[in-house]
Amino acid sequence: MGNVIGIGAAPKRKEDQRFLTGRGNYVSDIKRPGMTAGVFVRSPHGHAVLRGVDKSAALASAGVIAVLTGDDVKVEGLGGLPCGWGISDAKGVPMKEPPFPMLAQGKVRYVGDMVAFVIAETPEQANAAAELLTIDYEVLPSVVGVLEAVRPGAPQLFDDVPNNICCDWELGDKGAVETAFRKAAHVAKLSLVNNRLIGNPMEPRAAIAEYEPGTDRFTLWTTSQFPHVVRFLMGALVLNIPQHKLRVVAPDVGGGFGVKQFHYGEEAVITWAAKRVKRPIKWVASRSEGYVSDRHGRDHVTEAELALDEHGKFLAFRVNTLANMGGYLSTFGPNIPTNLYGPLLGGVYTTPAIYCNVKVVFTNTVPVDAYRGAGRPEATFVLERIVDVAASEMGIDRVEIRRRNMIPKEAYPYQTPVLVQYDSGDPMGCLDGALVAADVKNFGVRKAASASKGKFRGLGYSTYVEACGLAPSRFAGRLGARGGLYESATVRVHPTGQVTVMIGTHNHGQGHETTFAQIVSEKLGVSFEDVDIVFGDTDRVQFGMGTYGSRSLVVGGAALSKATDKVIAKGKKIAAHLLEAAEVDIQFEAGNFSVAGTDRIKSFEEIAGAAYVPHNYPLEVLEPGLEEQAYYDPVNFTYPGGCHIAEVEVDPETGTVTLVSYTAVDDVGTVINPMIVEGQLHGGIVQGVGQALFENAVYDEGSGQLLSGSLMDYCMPRADHMPMMKVATHSTLCTHTPMGVKGCGEVGTIGSPAAVINAVVDALSHLGVTHVDMPATPNRIWRLLQNASLPVAAE
Amino acid sequence: MKPFAYHQPDQIPDAAKLLTSIEDSKLVAGGMTLIPTLKQRLANPPALVDLSRLGNLKGITDDGATITIGAMTPHAVVAASKLVQAKIPGLAALASMIGDPAVRSRGTIGGSVANNDPAADYPAGVLGLGAAIVTSTREIAADKFFLGLFETALETGEIITAIRFPVPLRAGYTKFKAPASRYALVGVFVAKFADGVRVAVTGAGPGVFRVPPMEAALSENFDPSAIAAIKIDNDGLTSDIHAEADYRAHLVTVMAKRAVDAALS
Repeated sequence: MGNVIGIGAAPKRKEDQRFLTGRGNYVSDIKRPGMTAGVFVRSPHGHAVLRGVDKSAALASAGVIAVLTGDDVKVEGLGGLPCGWGISDAKGVPMKEPPFPMLAQGKVRYVGDMVAFVIAETPEQANAAAELLTIDYEVLPSVVGVLEAVRPGAPQLFDDVPNNICCDWELGDKGAVETAFRKAAHVAKLSLVNNRLIGNPMEPRAAIAEYEPGTDRFTLWTTSQFPHVVRFLMGALVLNIPQHKLRVVAPDVGGGFGVKQFHYGEEAVITWAAKRVKRPIKWVASRSEGYVSDRHGRDHVTEAELALDEHGKFLAFRVNTLANMGGYLSTFGPNIPTNLYGPLLGGVYTTPAIYCNVKVVFTNTVPVDAYRGAGRPEATFVLERIVDVAASEMGIDRVEIRRRNMIPKEAYPYQTPVLVQYDSGDPMGCLDGALVAADVKNFGVRKAASASKGKFRGLGYSTYVEACGLAPSRFAGRLGARGGLYESATVRVHPTGQVTVMIGTHNHGQGHETTFAQIVSEKLGVSFEDVDIVFGDTDRVQFGMGTYGSRSLVVGGAALSKATDKVIAKGKKIAAHLLEAAEVDIQFEAGNFSVAGTDRIKSFEEIAGAAYVPHNYPLEVLEPGLEEQAYYDPVNFTYPGGCHIAEVEVDPETGTVTLVSYTAVDDVGTVINPMIVEGQLHGGIVQGVGQALFENAVYDEGSGQLLSGSLMDYCMPRADHMPMMKVATHSTLCTHTPMGVKGCGEVGTIGSPAAVINAVVDALSHLGVTHVDMPATPNRIWRLLQNASLPVAAE
Repeated sequence: MKPFAYHQPDQIPDAAKLLTSIEDSKLVAGGMTLIPTLKQRLANPPALVDLSRLGNLKGITDDGATITIGAMTPHAVVAASKLVQAKIPGLAALASMIGDPAVRSRGTIGGSVANNDPAADYPAGVLGLGAAIVTSTREIAADKFFLGLFETALETGEIITAIRFPVPLRAGYTKFKAPASRYALVGVFVAKFADGVRVAVTGAGPGVFRVPPMEAALSENFDPSAIAAIKIDNDGLTSDIHAEADYRAHLVTVMAKRAVDAALS
């Protein structure tokens, strides 16, 4: 048949034709007739009573169409932004869930909190008018750190949230853990900070909203990873717009990393305002605006203790974490440091007892939510760091202590003491592969070479597992999810045999248009070129949950696989009729339907043609047409994992850490397109390295000002920070996804921070350094060395 | 960006007249600092006076004992100049470290020196080499030109036309880049002349400054070891989220040693 490019092939990405030639279609590229410009006016204060807004001068400014504030929202009785997860404490008491108005009412709670929306003929006029608003603030003290926020006497964000604690959440058997600690031969302890991060997708957020009075329909174009969920949350829960009257389009989106998987107030405000002003409105965030409004990630303060027997076997693990939620609950906010954190604390080890307490805390900072990895990098960092601490304290080699505690391949499926059951895996195999690939046996030679240049060289391991493919809906529902987490796909076979797929996931850089086309090409035997993937438009695609949590291939691809199976099943019925054979005798192979054991054959195109021109067709028993849809709800998470090995060189004179080598051997299950998987791993690793060495969102305690509020002060990882990475896969097949896939979008980000920091600590361990907080900046490393009163390297 | 008038004069006197007659008007050379400031609506000058049409402000000439670089010469041209590479390699190296390729192609030496950003590279080279700032009205010695945070000796309407660098026996520049911005967290320019050594530091404080104890020590013995034990005072140095003053002070010594190494290599 045609040019089948199937599973395991590495074609160049279809979407790159438009991306690399400047033909992408992003929200800010879209122009609508009569379009106006909107600008959000944001709080310059971390915490203040909002006494009032005087709009008069702004309204009188040239070109101004409207100025909207929280009072206007209140008058219309519109809802606040909903939280998609409701967690509870140990006694079953639901989390505190204060309202999150789409424009601030009564109080502002972070620098960037939205106070007003100014609409004018041009962006310049809107900006000029925005500067003319007189906003009466009574400034209050801010609290930005979790430790400070829970202290007695701390500024209180909400009257009915004592001590700023949203929820005091726990997981695991506290009693069993306490018993195990009493029997321990050794207890390793570690206090750490998981630094706050800002996602920085290349394309800032943007939205256009339009209302058509003739049909009473709204359209919202938005930079979203999940347009259907925005339609549902915003339409049903915020603006009271019936679903069939609301179209949400997320066209090409320039990177998400989680930042664009929330329903943002800007989306609701602009949609509501478009009807009020009866004209389309466009808003495009500046980079600076993104820093104070895109949801941030991470931001934990943790105390961890690992109990071990005299042989270094893990007996129990206890983790107490304070997790920053920022000023309000974002869409997935409370789920991230709880359900996506605690269940991963088992890692790849056989630790029999685990207890985790997480206090979820409000502060005067941008709301915190999922950022690539979301909870799992935090869990991995705690665990993989304390394993190193324990090994060092007990005098056991770091690889050896891991081996002694690893779940053997034969023990899968493996039930952890923290809810999740791993279906498959081979952590030892990944470790063995990585040891070879990283040439660990010659590390001593390299370390000596570094020493001869006055540099300290270190090597760090991270043997980790994560949970992705979010998520089995029933399981998630028990944990507090307020929505489903299935995915959907429609396979539309055209009369000429070409295929259009409508899928509920969203492609914003991951290569879905290529990967999904490969699946269809493989399964239906059609040409790779003859498959197009449609996504991101609620008018064109059936309900879907979008892209996040490494779910697109695992859940979306499974739905697609099921839908193609349905196409084949119907094709067999048609073929049986045309070939005058029994359906059971029809086989489908390489794009042809044939009667087993004969040369009677019908091509896929012929069957498609027959389905749409049903002259010779079993109309009495079979509908014409060839289009099938499937929804897939996973039975379990998937559990990719692997072994990452980082090698660093530290310049003790300046404190500079240079990543000199990086090796990753990951188990991601079946690989559809190895080039795309490698790219996902590269990108994920770089993001994790960014957290480990460079990135840090810093707030000023008291004023609540974001001090790292631009690319001048927030350090993103760059190409010249990275060595060539050695990336390989060592896959076991997932036992419950249709194609054995596990997902690969987040593994790099989850595995890498611990590997890098373990390497930095290793480089400095001869000086008595036992822990380094992220990011391991030159300033921080130099100061550690100073505090250790250590001799600086001789020259 | 807020609206402004835009002028592109052909003659220096015309440019100077515009600057003196329009209050708060701004010169624009490469625009690498000014344009982002305008885009963020942080500055609102009523008029911009673009220097790009003025003749004779671009180019590099060899005057024997000095090298003269026209004010509108972009960093990339200085970095790639065979003449500068041969006569003052440390200065060519400095130019090659500024910003990124786009900035080096647009940004100019005159603009950088006039702006006197406390973390810019050129002020260290200009002060370290003891250059003369040639303006529309006079010549100003580097030691009298830089007056602290974004302040210079330039008067309203005075336009830098060139920088004249004495050719040293040896010179080197090393900078420790701020992690995010890649401006100089600390940059040190060291130049050895027949009559002594000059050491200029950028990034560490509110403006470029010299380090007399290091100059004295290096004049005696132009070797990194001569200054390894010289620590500069933390007082008056910058502290921010990237580096506290004591770390910057430490880096001055480290970067100065490395600059001497660079000068010797």
